[in-house]
Amino acid sequence: MKTRLRVTLLVLLALAFAGPAFAVTGTVNSGKIDPLPIAVTPFIASAGAEKDAAAVSGIVASDLARSGYFKPLPPESFIEKIAVFDQNPNFVSWQQVKTQALVVGQVSVTGDRMTVAFKLYDVNTQAFLAGSSFTAPAKLSRRLAHKVADMIYNKMTGFAPYFDTRVVFVDESGPKNARIKKLAMMDQDGFNVRTLTNGKEILLTPRFSPTSQEITYAAIGTEASRVYIYNIDTGQKEIVGDFPNMSFAPRFSPDGQKVIMSLESEDGRNANIFELDLRSKQTRQITNVPAINTAPSYSPDGSRITFESDRGGTQQIYVMGADGSNQQRVSFGNGRYSTPVWSPDGKYIAFTKQGEGKFGIGVMAPDGSGERVLTEGFHNEGPTWSPNSRVLMFFRDTQGENGGSQLWSVDISGYNEQQVQTPGFSSDPAWSPLLK
Amino acid sequence: MMTRMVGMKYAALCCCFLALAACSKKTQPNLDAGINGGPGVGQAAPGSKADFTTNVGDRVFFLQDQSTLTPEGTDTLTKQGGWLKKYAQVTVQVEGHADERGTREYNIALSARRATTTRNFLIGQGVAANRISSIAYGKERPVALCDAEQCYSQNRRSVTVITGGTN
Repeated sequence: MKTRLRVTLLVLLALAFAGPAFAVTGTVNSGKIDPLPIAVTPFIASAGAEKDAAAVSGIVASDLARSGYFKPLPPESFIEKIAVFDQNPNFVSWQQVKTQALVVGQVSVTGDRMTVAFKLYDVNTQAFLAGSSFTAPAKLSRRLAHKVADMIYNKMTGFAPYFDTRVVFVDESGPKNARIKKLAMMDQDGFNVRTLTNGKEILLTPRFSPTSQEITYAAIGTEASRVYIYNIDTGQKEIVGDFPNMSFAPRFSPDGQKVIMSLESEDGRNANIFELDLRSKQTRQITNVPAINTAPSYSPDGSRITFESDRGGTQQIYVMGADGSNQQRVSFGNGRYSTPVWSPDGKYIAFTKQGEGKFGIGVMAPDGSGERVLTEGFHNEGPTWSPNSRVLMFFRDTQGENGGSQLWSVDISGYNEQQVQTPGFSSDPAWSPLLK
Repeated sequence: MMTRMVGMKYAALCCCFLALAACSKKTQPNLDAGINGGPGVGQAAPGSKADFTTNVGDRVFFLQDQSTLTPEGTDTLTKQGGWLKKYAQVTVQVEGHADERGTREYNIALSARRATTTRNFLIGQGVAANRISSIAYGKERPVALCDAEQCYSQNRRSVTVITGGTN
């Protein structure tokens, strides 16, 4: 009961100030997020758009539910059937079904274009909170629904939107000792999966460019690992740089002008971090330590880089200036820390933590303070941030000869752990920025 | 130290029975030759791939998070070096591998270290560097799949694969 009051209060604060709310400070494994009851009414359809309207309102409800912050009520429980978009709802009837928020929507299709309009109400105060309409080619109907859900989510929680995004990942098929690993992309909710490469190379660690138009990844073919950039629109790929030894673990800079990656040392014993300017093709060495220095990730302003290194004996997380200055170890808990990723809001570094036979996903401040493990088990690895820094996606291995990797997401509070459904085994997810 | 070495020998024996993989000693049962359709122990045509795999041993194993050779590994690679010097037209690719209990990027680099250790040892034995290429597979190509140390110990390996120069 206490939790409920607290969350309700926070939601009200969010409504009042429309600023960041839900400052989740609670300890993991105690309590939970208490979701806000919301009524997403079946969207009103223009003639012939009945199926589209049902699909759109379903996607909106599903996005909100998956976030963990909302509990969409079953439409069967609704007393009032909304038939006219511009008519005020009968708030008393919505209070009776015990919803706190109400979404009314309308979908119309003209030619190959679809328009989705919605209104969001606070049922208790009977206030109109938000409303908008979006038009796009009808084939992008799922994106229109995600945009509506994003506006509702933003208005009610104060958090930046993240539903209209994609995830790039590795699609895995075939037996465990000969996995076929293809580049794949999908919407953040697991729909519209497309595989983009043929599986002849072992594809690893794909990452989006800031425009979401390109993907950088590493691939092992008949030769050692090479870093590539793949253009989503053209389907063209090119090798990044001309290096005598193996290159791997690439990631774009926040401005998209550079790719940072690990290059194997000439003696084949170490790996250091290099930055390649995509325009000038100039390569700059950033670390120069005889160790495995890898998995680099820029801070969102591009001024710093976090990475992992075994220079101290085991994998630990370090932070340095983007020029390699002031390399400082920041992980000091028990175990090994790896795959650091800076959050888009700059406040956290997410990581994989290994110890006592377990692999967990955690977050900490960039100075290493405030470490929290959000999930742990047999094998969890490779977190990626939603663009609003609220959700982490990662992969989890299931044991056994027929086991494999699957994608999961968890709220930064450690609650709302959910599997992301994909057609087959999947690994190495990377979230896109919010789509334009 | 003594106990540790004995333990490693047991580990090596274990893997012969469990993995159907080639083993490093003639005296150990070899289950791989039959599967490949090649002749049994000692019967492989001298200088053939089967000869190398069966009578020399194509792989060495590493301890957890290590890329230094075990005494057993040194023994196998010494034999590999001798064989490669005898059959001087043969070219090989050394594959480095890591077990699944590590993160992806690190394991790529760790497996590269293992391939390098193996390659450097063979070069030290007098095999020309241009006959030995190497590739790092990280944790992407395990051979034993049981989610236990008896399998992980077989996956932490380097494998010397003949790429040319045999009949």
